[in-house]
Amino acid sequence: MTTVLDRDVTTPADPAPPRSTAWLWVLPPLALVLLVVLYPLLRVFWESSTGNSWGDVLGSQVFRDALWRTVAIAATSTAGCLVLGTFLAIVLAFVPFPGSALVGRLIDTVLALPSFLITLAFTFLYGSAGAVNAAISAITGSSSPLLDFLYTPAGVITAEITFFTPFVVRPLLAVFALIPRAQLDVAASLGASPLTVLRSVIMPEAWPALAAGGSLVLLLTLNEFGIVLFTGAKGVITLPVLIYTRGIVTFDLPGAAVIATVQVVLSLLLYGLYRVIFARLTAR
Amino acid sequence: MLLWSPRSRAVVLTVFALVVAVVFVLPLGTVVLAGLAGSWTGPLPSNLGLTRFGTALSGEDLASLSVSLQTAFLAGGIALIVGTWAALAAREAPDWLRRITDAVFHLPIAVPSVAIGLGLLIAFNSRPLLLGGTRWIVVLAHTVLVLAFAFSAVSAALDRLDPAYRQAAESLGAGPVRVLTRITLPLLLPALGAAAGLAVALSMGELGATVMVYPATWKTLPVTIFGLTDRGQVFQAAASTTLLLAVTLLALIVLGRIRGRAALR
Repeated sequence: MTTVLDRDVTTPADPAPPRSTAWLWVLPPLALVLLVVLYPLLRVFWESSTGNSWGDVLGSQVFRDALWRTVAIAATSTAGCLVLGTFLAIVLAFVPFPGSALVGRLIDTVLALPSFLITLAFTFLYGSAGAVNAAISAITGSSSPLLDFLYTPAGVITAEITFFTPFVVRPLLAVFALIPRAQLDVAASLGASPLTVLRSVIMPEAWPALAAGGSLVLLLTLNEFGIVLFTGAKGVITLPVLIYTRGIVTFDLPGAAVIATVQVVLSLLLYGLYRVIFARLTAR
Repeated sequence: MLLWSPRSRAVVLTVFALVVAVVFVLPLGTVVLAGLAGSWTGPLPSNLGLTRFGTALSGEDLASLSVSLQTAFLAGGIALIVGTWAALAAREAPDWLRRITDAVFHLPIAVPSVAIGLGLLIAFNSRPLLLGGTRWIVVLAHTVLVLAFAFSAVSAALDRLDPAYRQAAESLGAGPVRVLTRITLPLLLPALGAAAGLAVALSMGELGATVMVYPATWKTLPVTIFGLTDRGQVFQAAASTTLLLAVTLLALIVLGRIRGRAALR
């Protein structure tokens, strides 16, 4: 805010207003997006007010459980992504090794893959008849599966950490690339241990990127659908899955619209926060 | 750089390798292996073979793959055109309009895809905007979702573009259309290719909005895969997912290689 005001004072002559009418060209795509994005969302808000679904839904135990569980899973997953992502980014940026570029590309590729892939993989790996349990019982000789967390919140959180960590790694690598390597060498030559260098040279640069990456991951984990749906929505029900079961399985559109309204408001608040943090980050 | 003693380097890199292997390589590898496996009851899969891929490439599963590809390329193409158009025009717009455009185009990233699907289902289910029950509502949902990524990718590329080329052409008397087709778009080509690859990849894997709107005649591959796991046919689901991954990676690589004659600054 202050930088904007300062600039207005120091440069009174703003660049000339648009000379041409070229900017009118932005109106057709804008109108199209308003029709296909904003109008449907407004229809959801409107649909939720038909009948008296608000009281029914907000009063139901299923909804309150789902809301609480969604937030808890998202917050825990985000914390996990931040820890894991920071470790991966620091090693990739500051402990170079042959093949680090390849690992970076692999982590980038995960961004473009469907999320349900992770749940499907976990079924084979950690399911009650999965490879890890089979290996454990082959060693210990016990017949009951030792790992049985797939259909619990812990299973969803593990899957979400796997899938969303790249969203933390990417912005961190971007800011790490800007730290002059000489700074690290000087600090080390003055006797700073690697932990001191990490704490006093690297991490101060990393906080804004962590805030931006963390709030993006929090938003995406709140909205995550595929991972939870593929667990069969047995033990774990989150808000997006509840919207689906209300709207499509039991065909209660007003009820689904109420849940969607709550979720959209929650997501938009968080998105606003992310935009503020991201604007600060890029303005530096 | 950060670690000077060989021993601490070795320890950190070992932990790193373990983490990457367990967190990223193992899940991807497992799905591919399970697609190949005849059965998997022990620590390792057995009866490896390609029969499940044969099934995945025939009948209903093949139809789903074709539906997914058509949807992805159609939605990606439309999103790329609309997104590029909006990103180019927004740069000429006054500040307030530019900010509104930016916010509205990014909206689909912020709200859950299931809510987008629900909105489209409610909004486009009556005349004159009747799309419900047709394939077009699926295409529309995918377009809406990838539009945000196309718009932000092209906007970011425009920020990095050197304005000197455009200014030189303008000073030599080139009109706006000529500048657009001969200077700006060729310079943007690599970014457009990368954005198209990302759009196709995201659309191929889209599940949340699709599952809300799809008609029985237009089932995308992720919906079919979900149906398979729901019926307990997890190995067939793994084979179809492997196929989905292969096609997605191919799209990313091929479209990402578009370079054109001009390189981006």
